[in-house]
Amino acid sequence: MKEFDKNEGEYEDFGSEPQSRVIVVPGEVVSSEEDFLPGEGARREGKDIVASRYGLAEKVGRVIKIIPFSGAFIPRRNNVIIGRVSDIVHSGWIVDIDYAQNGFLPLMESPRFVNKGEMDQFLAIGDVVAAKVWSVSPKGIDLAMKGKGLGKLEGGFIFRVNPSRVPRIIGREGSMINLIKVNTGCNITIGQNGWIWVKGNSLDSELKARKAIEFIADKVLVTGLTEKTEKWFGENK
Amino acid sequence: MVVKRLDGRKADEMRPITAKVGIIPNADGSAMFTFGNTVAIAAVYGPRMLHPQHMQDPKGAVLRVNYDLLSFSVLDRKKPGPSRRSQEISKVTEWALSPALDLKEFPNTVVDVQIYILQANASTRVAGINAASMALAQAGIPMKNLVCGVSVGKLDKDLVIDVNDTEEHFEEGEGATDFATAKLANTDEYTLLQLDGKIQPNLIPQALALADKACAKIYEVQKKALKNVAEGDEK
Repeated sequence: MKEFDKNEGEYEDFGSEPQSRVIVVPGEVVSSEEDFLPGEGARREGKDIVASRYGLAEKVGRVIKIIPFSGAFIPRRNNVIIGRVSDIVHSGWIVDIDYAQNGFLPLMESPRFVNKGEMDQFLAIGDVVAAKVWSVSPKGIDLAMKGKGLGKLEGGFIFRVNPSRVPRIIGREGSMINLIKVNTGCNITIGQNGWIWVKGNSLDSELKARKAIEFIADKVLVTGLTEKTEKWFGENK
Repeated sequence: MVVKRLDGRKADEMRPITAKVGIIPNADGSAMFTFGNTVAIAAVYGPRMLHPQHMQDPKGAVLRVNYDLLSFSVLDRKKPGPSRRSQEISKVTEWALSPALDLKEFPNTVVDVQIYILQANASTRVAGINAASMALAQAGIPMKNLVCGVSVGKLDKDLVIDVNDTEEHFEEGEGATDFATAKLANTDEYTLLQLDGKIQPNLIPQALALADKACAKIYEVQKKALKNVAEGDEK
């Protein structure tokens, strides 16, 4: 079992700095100390904190949570996602978001007035949108489209990576994605569902951005990934 | 118990076991598990949309397992496609795995598990369960624990662990016996007990004690494989 230094790793910003990181498998006891609380992906069994998922166990303050390595995308409120319109219904659009349920984008979310009879003037079946998860309930997933960078995506192309790699591609406070944007001059939107939209001035720069993202997505546990990506850009000018 | 087995193993000695995680890039989770010449691979997809809709369960995701022996896995070519045997094993595998899973979070969805036997030399169902449990963990499905399975055999009056093909068909003495077991790792919760043949009731505790010891070893191999995929992919 490998212990990680608190400054290692390229994961999401968790507010306070994590104290330690350990790889765990489901059913493994993470800590037997009384004063910890189970967070996401962990549970309490007697006095032990036990992992429920496979991933990296992280102690932040008194809470132990598990960051999964892999697996399908599970939508949470406020996730930015990229999806494809799969149907138009009377009060909005049905969006395929690469999850077991479709997302629903209400008509009201359109930034300008859309006539109910001509909804495909704004978003037609097959169009790609960037949206935010507004709510997740057993009845369905509601989407919102009001906000910076959200809306219909035109031009460029989309491709997919494993959703669990998304936090790393974004980097701490967006450091990694900014590095790619600066080096390629591309406009990039990353959906938490692993769909990535790239649009640049030329196809070459777009392909380079995609290669850089796939380079990062290939690595699972790499420390100092930002430096490695800088080096990669140096080698691939 | 001093039994001399055909391949020179001790009664409580398994065939060499290996495990590998993340072998199928397009799956959400995947793994391979081998007992000597028995090779099983498993792929997990989901949680994803379940059709037809009437099969959906609002209380949580449905687990759907498909076990299949590939046509080239046995000595005489097996006719491809589902059979009475593969349907039964798919179902018992489903029952063996589902107590370990916590699928409440994903209502109206399905988790698909595909198990393929690339090479069969007895104990295929438990090899499949071992592979599937690692694949489910890699797919990020919430689990109570990993599931470990092993088969116990009986050569005349002597119990042996992890039967191979010849031992499975050892008809001398009391007849061929194959006792497939699976349990949640580090617990006494058995999720699969499937007996094919005859065994005295007083031998069952002994058989389970043998299985217990073997499962502890299998668990260590599974755990190591999962931890390696996380640490070892940067070369």
